[in-house]
Amino acid sequence: MTEEKHILSILVDNQPGVLSRISGLFSGRGFNIESLCVAETIDPNISRLTIVTKGNMPVVEQIKKQLNKLINVIKVHELTGSKYVHREMALIKVNAKQENRAEILRIVDIFRCKVVDVGLDHYTIEVTGDEGKMEAILTLLRPIGIKEIAKTGTIALFREPK
Amino acid sequence: MELSGAQILMKMLMEEGVDTIFGFPGGAVIDIYDEMARTDIKHILVRHEQGAVHAADGYARASGRVGVCLVTSGPGATNTVTGIASAYMDSIPIVVITGQVPSHLIGNDAFQEVDIVGITRPCVKHNYLVQNTNDLARIIKEAFYIARSGRPGPVLIDIPKDVVNTKVVFKEPGEIKLKSYNPTYSPNMKQLYKIIDLLKTARRPMIFAGGGVILSGAYKELADFARKAQIPVTTSLMGLGAFPATDPLWLGMIGMHGTYRSNMSTAACDLMIAIGVRFDDRVTGKTDIFASQAKIVHIDIDPTSIRKNIPVSTPVVGDCKITLEHLNKLMAEADLGNLKEKRSGWLHQIKGWKSAGSLNYNQKDIIKPQYVIEKLYELTRGEAVITTEVGQNQMWAAQYYHFDKPGHFITSGGLGVMGFGLPAAIGAQVACPDKIVVDIAGDGSIQMNIQEMATAVQYCLPVKIVILNNGYLGMVRQWQELFYDKRYSCTCMEHAPDFVKLAEAYGAKGLRASKPEEVEEVLSKGLSTDGPVIMDFRVEREECVYPMVPAGAPITEMLLV
Repeated sequence: MTEEKHILSILVDNQPGVLSRISGLFSGRGFNIESLCVAETIDPNISRLTIVTKGNMPVVEQIKKQLNKLINVIKVHELTGSKYVHREMALIKVNAKQENRAEILRIVDIFRCKVVDVGLDHYTIEVTGDEGKMEAILTLLRPIGIKEIAKTGTIALFREPK
Repeated sequence: MELSGAQILMKMLMEEGVDTIFGFPGGAVIDIYDEMARTDIKHILVRHEQGAVHAADGYARASGRVGVCLVTSGPGATNTVTGIASAYMDSIPIVVITGQVPSHLIGNDAFQEVDIVGITRPCVKHNYLVQNTNDLARIIKEAFYIARSGRPGPVLIDIPKDVVNTKVVFKEPGEIKLKSYNPTYSPNMKQLYKIIDLLKTARRPMIFAGGGVILSGAYKELADFARKAQIPVTTSLMGLGAFPATDPLWLGMIGMHGTYRSNMSTAACDLMIAIGVRFDDRVTGKTDIFASQAKIVHIDIDPTSIRKNIPVSTPVVGDCKITLEHLNKLMAEADLGNLKEKRSGWLHQIKGWKSAGSLNYNQKDIIKPQYVIEKLYELTRGEAVITTEVGQNQMWAAQYYHFDKPGHFITSGGLGVMGFGLPAAIGAQVACPDKIVVDIAGDGSIQMNIQEMATAVQYCLPVKIVILNNGYLGMVRQWQELFYDKRYSCTCMEHAPDFVKLAEAYGAKGLRASKPEEVEEVLSKGLSTDGPVIMDFRVEREECVYPMVPAGAPITEMLLV
């Protein structure tokens, strides 16, 4: 059976230890986490986790059931297979010598991202988008010289019916 | 009304109907013990915290109620982990209360501090670190509710010392409602109609029942279902007693040490109705050819059990008892034809497998362990509550003591804990003071929690311990004999205590049988003696448990002798 990427959006009680219950479930049962994002929702008692995982259908079914079994898990949504919006964000610090500065700004412009920090020999760029966009901008910036990079995992929400 | 945390704890435990706590005191729980002395709750002082959890577990299994154990922080708490993991694997409702260092010291590597909530997270149904005395009453009520509802399991409550000592205005917690926890008890009726349709067409059906049938109290419903539908029944180790072993439809246990006819039926059946089981690898052997000719119906309260190991054609999430009640009703309305006639060929075929005699043995001039168990069965007329340690003793107990009723076979099935049987017997004896409770042990296992003899003697709990003494870690030795060219690496117990003298040293009675003709006499003497007794049976040293399916092989590939 083929392994596919699945995005799970999980509502949990906003309590200490809940994140480790969830990450521990994945590590203890040999499931795979590609990325994990977590923050409070509009209700301060509830947090939303977005987990990107990989596996064949029976494995993903088992992951969802096991998550639902945790006492602090309120709801598990699988987004994959339905309409949803998803984004990641990255902060990319690039070498910005005099001769490159114009080109970097052109790239920033094309990708509609932002320069959030400037120094004598660096720019820090903030970029949001899907995986493809991330990969594309990194491909362009790599030859110029990336000093450091920090990336979030995926966050995602259902698209409401129009 | 202002109450301290300790007073709230006791009040809530009594409201939950707790009459007995198994435990061991220490600095972090000294105030709880002080308060407990002022209540009517009986406390059984064990000799090791592992003993306390297994005793609470045995109590829960024998009584059908939640077992409770109380220990101190740090080492007290870590000593409970094995027992918690065992209860988790076997879905046994227990509540474990651990003391914790005062809140302001948490995280400072304080004396006897350990993150027990973190340590036990993967092996509890749920756990709590109480951070405020105001939360205590609600947490205790929640913990009992979670432990006993849905698929039962262990819940741990870690209480810092200052939470115990602080006084707050007590407020009765309301009805427990957890937005994230709603077990499904009633099955989807559409699925049940599908089962009825499958019953109409099946030519070779069988039922595979497990511990879930016992936990949900579905004993009578299962027997009704099987008899009405004329379907033969096998059970897992945990399911022994879920269906009467004396019933003509009984196939014996399934799996690695299951009966020949049970495993052969599994391979030949065209419909398997699995109820309250989780298809453990000790049951299925090689999974891709397990019951490969059959459509599998799986009834379980825990959705994660379904399709975890085995593909299933008809999944039913629901409580075993409620589901079987519905099924029995539907079956009474449906026209299934003349079932006796329909099944006669299949039942005849199974009878043929029975004559393969997979549980035969010859008692000669050295005591056979199987003989000891059969005699024990005869002398107790099958009415004793049997606990076991783990290994050959456990399998012989499962094969040769026949269980007609639930709650009479108490064993660490999922985790396989050596040292489980004696403390579990203590818990079972506390729950059932009028029953004969026997721990069937090996000379290796019994030494893992032998200190609990002192507990049995102190509280006059007349548990009987049958040691099948072969001077080996027998089950591992058996594997070494069969699969490692008899290289008996580290399985010979060269030095063991004299168990008769050991019993006497604890203030109990010790008896020994070295010859077959002494077996019956020692058993009758031991069973009729008041108080705890150790019976040491010097059995054939290199006896193996048969039949056996090598780990990972198809369950029809059985070594018979």
